[in-house]
Amino acid sequence: MTEKLLISLTVNGERHDDLVVESRHTLVDVLRHRLGLTGTHAGCEHGVCGACTVLLDGAPARACLIFAAQAEGQEIRTVESLAGGGEMNDLQRAFSAHHALQCGFCTPGFLMLAEGFLTERPDATRAEIRELVSASLCRCTGYQTIVDAIEDCARGRRREVGEVR
Amino acid sequence: MSWVGRSAARREDPRLLTGNGRFVDDIRLPRMLHAQFVRSTIAHGTVTGVDLSGTLAVPGVVAAFTAGDLAVDDITAVLDRPLSEFVPTAMPVLARDRVRFVGEPIAIVLAEDPYSVEDGLEAVRVTYEAGMPVLSEEQALAPGAPLVHAAAAGNTLVDVSMFATEGIDDIFAAAHRVVYVRSRTGRQNAVPLETRGAVASWDPRAEQLLVQTCTQVPHQVRTVLAECLGLGERAVRVVVPDMGGGFGQKCVVGREEIAVGAAALRLRRPVKWIEDRRDALTASFLAREQRYDVRAAFDAGGRILALDADVVCDMGAYSCYPFTAGIEPLMASAELPGVYRVPAYRVRGRAVTTNKAPSAPYRGVSRPQIVMVMERVFERAARELGLDPVEIRRRNLITEFPYAGINDVTYDPGSYLESLNLCEQMIREEGWYERQEQAAAEGRFLGIGYSCFSERTGYGSGAFAKRKMAVVPGFDLAEITMDLTGGVTVTTGTMSHGQSHETTLAQIVADRLGLDLAQIKIHQGDTDRITYGFGTFASRSATIGGSAVARAATKLADRLLRLGAYLLETDDVELHDGHVRRRDDHGRALRYRDLAGIAYLKANLLPKDAEPGLTASASFDVHGDGTFSNAAHGAVVELHPGTGRVEFLRYVCVEDCGVAINPQVVEGQCRGGIAQGIAGALFEEVTYDAQGEPSCASFIDYKVPTANEIPDIEIRHLETPCAFTESGAKGAGEGGTIGAPAAVLNAVNDALRPTGVELDDTPIRPETVQRAIGANA
Ligand code: FES
Ligand code: FES
Repeated sequence: MTEKLLISLTVNGERHDDLVVESRHTLVDVLRHRLGLTGTHAGCEHGVCGACTVLLDGAPARACLIFAAQAEGQEIRTVESLAGGGEMNDLQRAFSAHHALQCGFCTPGFLMLAEGFLTERPDATRAEIRELVSASLCRCTGYQTIVDAIEDCARGRRREVGEVR
Repeated sequence: MSWVGRSAARREDPRLLTGNGRFVDDIRLPRMLHAQFVRSTIAHGTVTGVDLSGTLAVPGVVAAFTAGDLAVDDITAVLDRPLSEFVPTAMPVLARDRVRFVGEPIAIVLAEDPYSVEDGLEAVRVTYEAGMPVLSEEQALAPGAPLVHAAAAGNTLVDVSMFATEGIDDIFAAAHRVVYVRSRTGRQNAVPLETRGAVASWDPRAEQLLVQTCTQVPHQVRTVLAECLGLGERAVRVVVPDMGGGFGQKCVVGREEIAVGAAALRLRRPVKWIEDRRDALTASFLAREQRYDVRAAFDAGGRILALDADVVCDMGAYSCYPFTAGIEPLMASAELPGVYRVPAYRVRGRAVTTNKAPSAPYRGVSRPQIVMVMERVFERAARELGLDPVEIRRRNLITEFPYAGINDVTYDPGSYLESLNLCEQMIREEGWYERQEQAAAEGRFLGIGYSCFSERTGYGSGAFAKRKMAVVPGFDLAEITMDLTGGVTVTTGTMSHGQSHETTLAQIVADRLGLDLAQIKIHQGDTDRITYGFGTFASRSATIGGSAVARAATKLADRLLRLGAYLLETDDVELHDGHVRRRDDHGRALRYRDLAGIAYLKANLLPKDAEPGLTASASFDVHGDGTFSNAAHGAVVELHPGTGRVEFLRYVCVEDCGVAINPQVVEGQCRGGIAQGIAGALFEEVTYDAQGEPSCASFIDYKVPTANEIPDIEIRHLETPCAFTESGAKGAGEGGTIGAPAAVLNAVNDALRPTGVELDDTPIRPETVQRAIGANA
């Protein structure tokens, strides 16, 4: 009764061919339960909490609102891609340094949201970062330290490219 | 330098930041089935038929069970109180004939994948005979109201009258002024971002039912599983993976946890249940819906003389295990006087049952309300007596400790006055009072509000026994083992779900043993690894769990010292940086791993009376009244007449949780707690339509605040160490949530001062603000 599709997905640079999915299977479910990439979380499955945020061709997207089949042909990035060679990246380190996570359930979503944003807007102001953070829900932190962490990371990245502000 | 007091980096962070945490929905077992529940679509009535035949025909569906099929015992939570004070009610794991709220589980459907389960649910046919729902405290208490539980006359589950100081009526009659506050707070959902969930599987080799579930109270889940399923406790193992928050919603035993256990036993296949957000919002455990009627007598100088309160808590359809429906009214009744010297007190506290999802403890439990009510009492008295609202508090605060309260509670030392003074000073020095005057001159509505409160933490068995709980939580246990490489594994009965115990408990151990955090592994959430525990709630982990861990570490340190002394042939040894060394000759030292090597692999070298191995265990309990953290909050808000929006211009918090084991973690608890307090004050409410259908089934309707609504918060620390916890810490998990609603409400009222309107209820809706301003514009 539900249509089966044969798709291939490119996740974190790795190609997964011959995935048999139903047309109704969401991207978050396929990432988590078919590919075993359980770093991406589902907190609401209706597009509000942002825990499922991944990057699609570099732009943050909510993986609970997208069918897996719709993500074919796009470069998907999940939280598992951030750390390289066992080392956390600067954004992850900033989250830890600023205590921007408690239970950590929302964290992968915020990391991917920020990662996508900072690539476009390393020069963002605190107010802009707060606006960005308001796109997703965290029940533990009260958000301030998430904003702090992203701001700190942005500052570091700007310094790296030699723009001192 | 000691580890306690340092903002050590969290041991939890690397796995959670790299996607390597393991939450319950990340667990995948071979042949695992997926479960969801058929839930009542009516608020009150009788199930006349459940037809699962269509469901069983759905491709992928493997089984579906009703209460009759599973035949498990009910969950019953009780208090040791007479029937006149407490009426026990049973919560069936699956509803039998009566259903008592929309969302109540009636049957469990199991399928090969989560999508097929949903198909299966759609094919279920349930018929009902609908009865009249009881949807509010007024309806519940109205004469002739339909009964939610036949045994509970007047829909009253708890009715206690306490204290009733002699002569209190005369005090009111003779008082200079009597102030009234009637306050209501909305029903709320704790909203852990990870919903509830469990994976149950039968392990034939261990002859054990393994239930991996996100619970704050693993041993209590084990106890209820064993009881309901008729198993020995040794045949049940509860393991808790990483948890995405709890805040109390997960510190009670859920009927779904029992149902998946029963289904896994029955089918001999692993069963996973992950609550969807709709069920989490409508059919899990809720909290906070209360009404207060309070009178307070004052003398002309603004000193409170007597307090008389009637508290009614709408606890929904069932008593939660283990706390019962008494959790909210008993907390409110015992703690209402708070930080103030109240000489005479009388209270009646009731829990009523209604046709709404049941209540569980939620961060702060009743204290957000009682603080709000008391702070309203003093604000109102200040207005009526023409006093400054901060000054009237100063005149009434407890300043000498220990203080024996009228509420039969002894308060240990705190910094009530100091925290309020510092909080006011911060607001004053930043010029907010001048800005307020200026805003008023421009016709803008700017308000400044405070709250001043303490929070009892570290409830031991003494405090819970006073509540007359049949299950008396209180003590906790810790076990510590040094391994052959000289590091330690510490097992605790507490259960962190965001509070950073893997770091903070390790900091306590590190100091006692002279180890680095990296050499300490904290193990929690496995009922097979520790004898018993009461998990994490009521800000008990740093105080009670932390003290048990500290004592176990000290015992292990003693063993190391004794062994070291024997081997180094002296009595005068000390621990230093992973060694035992002679005090008189630091060069003569043994590494922990050398000692462990002897303790495990060369037991022949041990002194005759020494046991092999390096293990110690300890317990900790609080027999007195617990320890009180305290804080003062200051909020500055501006009201926007057009939208009714309450905008924060400033939020400061001066907190005192004794010794802060990890200041950054404490601040995190404060900020997160304040965010939840603001949520209750301004945004969140679970509402129902006239039939009892919940109106908020998604995050579109249930408005969890975002970074746009929650301000930056400045925190200052005071430190009044606890005299009887091992580290001097007091609990820090709930204070933020407790203090915020009062500060926000007072600030809004201060801003509304020109209008003459005073608000006493939360959430404060934008319409209410618009109306208050509009009526007077
Ligand atoms: S799970 Fe996708 S937005 Fe909440
Ligand atoms: S850290 Fe728990 S929800 Fe954000």
